[in-house]
Amino acid sequence: MRCDFADSLLQGYFDGELGGRRAAEFERHLRHCVHCATELVDLDLLRDRLQLAQLYEPATASVRRKISARLHAIAPTTPTPQPRLWHWLAAAAALLFVAILLVRAGHGLHSDDYQAELAGEIVDAHVRSLQPGPMNGIASNDERVVKGWLDNRAAFAIPVRDFANAGFALKGGRADVIEGHAVAVLVYERNGHPINVFIWPTQEPDSPSRTGSRQSFQWVDWRKGKMEFCAVSDADTVELEQLYQLINSSA
Amino acid sequence: MNDLDAEDRRRFEQLVLPHVDAAFNLARWLMRSRADAEDVAQEALLRACRFFRGFQGGDARAWLLQIVRNTCYTWLEKNRPMELSVEFDEELHLQTCPTPETIAIAGDDRERLTLALETLPPRFREILVLRELEGCSYKEIAAITAIPIGTVMSSLSRARRQLYSALTNSLKEPVREM
Repeated sequence: MRCDFADSLLQGYFDGELGGRRAAEFERHLRHCVHCATELVDLDLLRDRLQLAQLYEPATASVRRKISARLHAIAPTTPTPQPRLWHWLAAAAALLFVAILLVRAGHGLHSDDYQAELAGEIVDAHVRSLQPGPMNGIASNDERVVKGWLDNRAAFAIPVRDFANAGFALKGGRADVIEGHAVAVLVYERNGHPINVFIWPTQEPDSPSRTGSRQSFQWVDWRKGKMEFCAVSDADTVELEQLYQLINSSA
Repeated sequence: MNDLDAEDRRRFEQLVLPHVDAAFNLARWLMRSRADAEDVAQEALLRACRFFRGFQGGDARAWLLQIVRNTCYTWLEKNRPMELSVEFDEELHLQTCPTPETIAIAGDDRERLTLALETLPPRFREILVLRELEGCSYKEIAAITAIPIGTVMSSLSRARRQLYSALTNSLKEPVREM
């Protein structure tokens, strides 16, 4: 038996996540509700059991070693002194290469590596979005509803347009995080294929579309008006380019 | 490829590396395997290092765990898609999952709890691991798993109920006596 009225309050109370007023409200309820009182005891026992069993598994020494070796390979801390001339030459060449990468990154344009990696992350996020499960989003074909939802969650204003007339029906919006960047996602559908358009603010100048593919997904990326857009789908690149034209000419 | 300068690298070591245990623990429970967790944890730390410039301060543990989680799901999607596709059919137990019988004959309570936890769908398992083992607040869990706080609360409720019933179904003697 459980008490549906108080179920989520009970979890919040048990986890110490209720504010003072709601906690007091729950405690008043608790005086009269045997189910909740019993369940609290059960939750307590379960937590004790989990703690007692010491299920936490810290990183093993071997995984720590491997991580530190691999991190060292991509981002060495201090160069070790090398006596031989060719070592110096190799180090100089490596430094020059790094300097070029940094200059390119500093000039705004991401390096191609970085771009490809970011696109990969976005494709992964697209794939995750196709999984069943709770999603931080809203399903609606109403531009204003989707825009209102996103504006409440993103720190930047999102242009939301439905292109159902042109065959790209707006299905909703989501908030997502791509490796530390908060992004807004517009969801469209084209002939049964879901298309996610990831949007985040950028300082970079406008740029025309670039396309690429990863696994069996295509992506089209562009920047306009201090926003970066990346559309991902298993639909044809041609269709993604159409959506790019539609969004770009309306933004 | 070298995206971090010395200063970034130092900050990465200070802010992110202290959470390697948390990263490994979450990976271990999502992957249900220590060997796979070793691979995924390494991969996630490398990604975190590459994307460290995107980290705008704040909770480094939540930031890292979110990358670990994404890396785990991407790996599972590629290598064990079944585990993700059936996760909301709560009655259906995966073939590779422990059965009530194996949980019942498990040697000690730690093993029993481990097996029971592993029968839960990944989205419930992760939320329990984050709350009970990692001690994350609802807000942190919401940030890591990208679900709203209200959903965190209701998922925790269902996850705990499922864990509880996985344990009681497998035992002849009452759980309370443990």
